[in-house]
Amino acid sequence: MTEALLSVENLHTQFRTEGGLVQAVDDVSFNIQAGETFALVGESGCGKSVTALSIMGLIPNPPGEITSGSIQFGGVDLLKLSSTEMRSIRGSKIGMIFQEPMSSLNPVLTIESQLAEPLKIHTGLSASAANDRAQELIDMVGIPDSKTRLKQYPHELSGGQRQRIMIAMAMACAPRLLIADEATTALDVTIQAQILDLMQEVTEKSGAALLIITHNLGIVARYADRVAVMYAGKLREVGDASDIYAASQHPYTVGLLRSVPRLDSEKGTPLSPIGGEIPDLTNLPGGCAFNPRCQWAVDRCSVEEPELIEISQGKQVACFEHASVSLNV
Amino acid sequence: MVGIITFTLVYVGPGDPAAIIAGDEATPEILEEIREDLGFNRPFPVQMGDWFWKLLQGDLGTSYFSRREITELITPRLQPTLSLGFQVVVLSTLIGISTGMLAAWKAGSRLDRNLMILAVLGFATPGFWLAFLTIWVFAVNLGWFPVIGYKPIQDGLIPHLHSMFLPVMVNSILASAFISRITRSAMLEVLREDYIRTARAKGASEFSVFIRHAFRPSAIPVATVIGASIAGLATGFVLTETIFAIPGLGRMLVDSIVRRDYPIIQALLMVVATVLIAVNLIVDILYAYIDPRIRY
Amino acid sequence: MTKTSDLGSEWQLTPPLSTRLRGMLGATGKAAKRDIVLGMSISLLFLGLFLAVFAPTLARTDYERTDPVNRMLPPSTDNWFGTDNWGRDVFDRTIVGTRLSFLVGFSVTLISSVVGVSIALIISYFRILDAVMMRFVDGFLAFPTILLALALISLIGPSIGNVIIALSVTATAGKIRLVRGAVLSLRESTYVEAARAVGVPVPRILMFHVLPNIVSIIIVQATFTLASAILAEASLSFLGAGVPEYVPSWGNIIATGQGYIQVGFHISFFPGLFLTVTVLAVVLIGDSIRDHLDPKLRGRLRTTAQQ
Repeated sequence: MTEALLSVENLHTQFRTEGGLVQAVDDVSFNIQAGETFALVGESGCGKSVTALSIMGLIPNPPGEITSGSIQFGGVDLLKLSSTEMRSIRGSKIGMIFQEPMSSLNPVLTIESQLAEPLKIHTGLSASAANDRAQELIDMVGIPDSKTRLKQYPHELSGGQRQRIMIAMAMACAPRLLIADEATTALDVTIQAQILDLMQEVTEKSGAALLIITHNLGIVARYADRVAVMYAGKLREVGDASDIYAASQHPYTVGLLRSVPRLDSEKGTPLSPIGGEIPDLTNLPGGCAFNPRCQWAVDRCSVEEPELIEISQGKQVACFEHASVSLNV
Repeated sequence: MVGIITFTLVYVGPGDPAAIIAGDEATPEILEEIREDLGFNRPFPVQMGDWFWKLLQGDLGTSYFSRREITELITPRLQPTLSLGFQVVVLSTLIGISTGMLAAWKAGSRLDRNLMILAVLGFATPGFWLAFLTIWVFAVNLGWFPVIGYKPIQDGLIPHLHSMFLPVMVNSILASAFISRITRSAMLEVLREDYIRTARAKGASEFSVFIRHAFRPSAIPVATVIGASIAGLATGFVLTETIFAIPGLGRMLVDSIVRRDYPIIQALLMVVATVLIAVNLIVDILYAYIDPRIRY
Repeated sequence: MTKTSDLGSEWQLTPPLSTRLRGMLGATGKAAKRDIVLGMSISLLFLGLFLAVFAPTLARTDYERTDPVNRMLPPSTDNWFGTDNWGRDVFDRTIVGTRLSFLVGFSVTLISSVVGVSIALIISYFRILDAVMMRFVDGFLAFPTILLALALISLIGPSIGNVIIALSVTATAGKIRLVRGAVLSLRESTYVEAARAVGVPVPRILMFHVLPNIVSIIIVQATFTLASAILAEASLSFLGAGVPEYVPSWGNIIATGQGYIQVGFHISFFPGLFLTVTVLAVVLIGDSIRDHLDPKLRGRLRTTAQQ
C-alpha cells in the first residue's frame, strides 16, 4: 500500500462539560488515500464532527482538548505544528465545508471578499487577481451570472447556492483534502445530490481526497469508496463501502442499514429502527457502548470492550460476535 | 405623542402659572390680567393646539420670567452642551469599543476580568460623586484644572478643552463602561457563530478573524448602546453642568425647574426628546450600513 | 446528546410559580457559596438593610442636632465620618440616609414591578388597549428617566412620597415594554398554544403558563430597577429636587459637601462611598442571578459543550 495522504492514529479528543469529562473521540485510527472518497458515518453526537475539527485544528479550547494521538498529513504530524504553521495548512492544503450554509458565510461581507480571502492569505495573489479568480471559482461551482454574484451578500443567495460558494471557497487554493461535515444535511433532497455531485466532480478534477461526514447511509452507498462507522466516540467498523453496504458485520451498522428504506428490498418489508436511546457520553454503559441496544449482545459485551480488529483484507470490525452478525436475520 | 405628554404634564401640574409669575403679593386683578395676556384662561385643547402650532414654526414660546423668546435664551446655552456632548460621545465610543474588544480578545484572562470589574464599577458609580472626587483630586489638591469656570471656544480651543477636561473625562468614563461591556459580550457572541469557524477554516489569522469577521456583525448591539448612552448623557449633563458650573442646557433646566418656569421646561424637554429621536433615527440608518440584510 | 429529553421539555407542563421561585432561591444560595463576589454583595445588601432598619437606634446623636462649635470637623474617634457645616455628625446622617435610599429603592421596585407586569399582561391580550398603551409608554421612554422625574417633581413638589411616585412612573414604563415583549413572544410558544387549544381561560393562561416563564426576566430587571432607583433618588436629592432638605439623603449630604470641597472633603466622600457600594452590590447580584438563572444562557453553555 502506498503512503496514505491522511493518517489518523489513536486520536483522543475530550471535552469538559457541566456533566463531567466527555471522551468525544476515543482512540480513533483511520487512513485516507490520495484521491479517494472516505465516509465517516454515525448518529449526531457520536464524535464524527469532532474528529473532523481535530484534523483541522479547530477544536475550541477550552472546553475541548486533543489529549493524545497523531494526525499525519503529507508526511507531517498536524498535532505537532505551531498555530501559525497549522493556519498555513488550513484553507490551502485542507479545505472544509460545514453543515449550515445559512450561517457559515459572514452576513456582512460580500461573496467576493469572502471567496478571495483564502487566495489572499495563502497564494499572495494581488487583490485584483484574487477577485478575478473568485469569479472563475463561482463559474466552476456552476452558479450563473458570476459577475453580479460577486457583489452580493450571502442573504441574497439560496441555501444550495451558498453551499456552492462554500465549496468554491474550500477549493480555492486547490487543497489535497476536502472535508465535508454534513455539508448537505440542511439542504433539500434534490439539491443534496447536486452538491454531492459537484463535490465529487471538483475533487476528482483536482485529484483531492474527499472526507464526507454524514449520518446518511444513502450518500455513503453512492459516493464513498470506503466507510468508517462511528458510535459513542469509537470506530466500530471500517471497510469498503460496497462491502459494508452488502455485508456489514457490526450490529450497529446493521441497525443503521435496517432503519433506512432500501429500493432493493421487497415491498412490505417493515423498517426496523434501532431500539433504545443514544447513550449519554458522560455516562456510558460498561463494556461495549452499544450492548444495551444490541440484539446479538452476550454476557461478555457488558463487561469487556471489543477491539477494532482486521477480519479480512481492508475490513475492520469491533465486535465479539461479528461472525454471527448479518443483515439478513 | 412626546409633545402631548410634555404639554399635559406641565398643564395638569398643580400651581397656577399666573400666581407663580406674579409672586405672592399679586392682587386678583393682576392675576386675571396675566391669564388674559398669556392665554391661560383658554380651554386645554386650544392652548395645546396653539403651543403645537408655534412649535412647528420653530417658536418654543416665551419664558414666564424674563419674558424673552425661549429660542433666544437657548441659543447661547447650546455651545457648551454640544461641545461636551460631542467630546463625550467620541471619547466614550473610542474607550468603550477598544477596551471591550481587548477584553473579548483576552476573554477569561486577568486583563479581561480587571477590565470588566472596572466596567461594573463605572456602571455603579454615581456621576456626581465621581465628579466630586475628580475635582478634589485634580483641581483642589493637584491644581491642574480650575475648580469651576467654563471657557467658551471663542477664548481659544486649548483653554476651552482644558476647562472641559474634567467633565468630559467623568462622563466619558461612565458612558464607556456600558459600551465596553456590550462590545465584549457582542464580540463573544459573534465569535461563536458558524462563519467564524469558516474564517478559521480558511486559515485566517486570529487578528483578521477578530477585526474583519467578528467586529462588524457585533457592531449592531454596540450602536444601540451608544445611542442609548446618549440618552443617559442627557441625564449626566444635568448633573455635571451643575457641579462644574457649565452654562449649558442641563443647568438651564435645573434653574428653570427651581423657578418653575414651565415654558422653558416644556421647551427643553421637547429639545431633548427631539434630539433623542434623531439619535434613534441615526442609529437605525447605521444598522442598515452595518448589516446588509437590513433594508428600509 | 439527549435529544429526546430536550424534545420532552418543549411539551412539559409549566411548573408552578412557587416551585420555580424556590428553585431560583436555592440556586442563588448555592451560587453564593461558590462565588465570593456574589456572597459579599449579598452580605453588603443585608448590612445595608440592617442599617436602614435600625438607623435611629444606631445613630449615636440626634442626626438633626446642630453644634456650631464643632463644625467641619474631620473624621475622628468621636465623629467617625466628621461633621458638616452645621456641626451635625456625618456618620449618623449617612446611616439615616441609608434608610431613605432603601425605602425609595424597594418601593419603586415593588410598585413598578407589580404595576408594570400587571399592565403588560393585560394589554398583551387586548389589541386596542395595547396600541394605545404602548404609544404612551414609548412617549414616556423618549425622555431620560431622571429628566422626566425631575420635571414631575417640579410639578408635584419635593417629598419622599412624590419621589417614589415620580420614579415609579418612569420605571413602570420600561417594565411594561420589557414584559410585553416577553409575553408576546411567549404567546406564540407551543405550550401556550396547547393550553389555548384545550380551552384554558385567558387569565389562567396568564397566571400559570405565561407568568412563571417571565419570572426570571422580572427578577433580573428588578435588581436593575433597584440600582437605578437608588441612584436616581440620590441624583434628584443632589440637585435639590428630591426629598426636602431636612430629610438626610445620601444625595443631599453630598450636595452639602460639594459646597465645602476645599475644607470638608469627608462630608461628600462617605455618603458617596455608601451609595456606590450599595449600587455595586445590587448590580453584581443582578448579574449573578442572570448568569445563573437565565435558561437561554445556561442552554447555550450546554450546547457549546456538546459540539
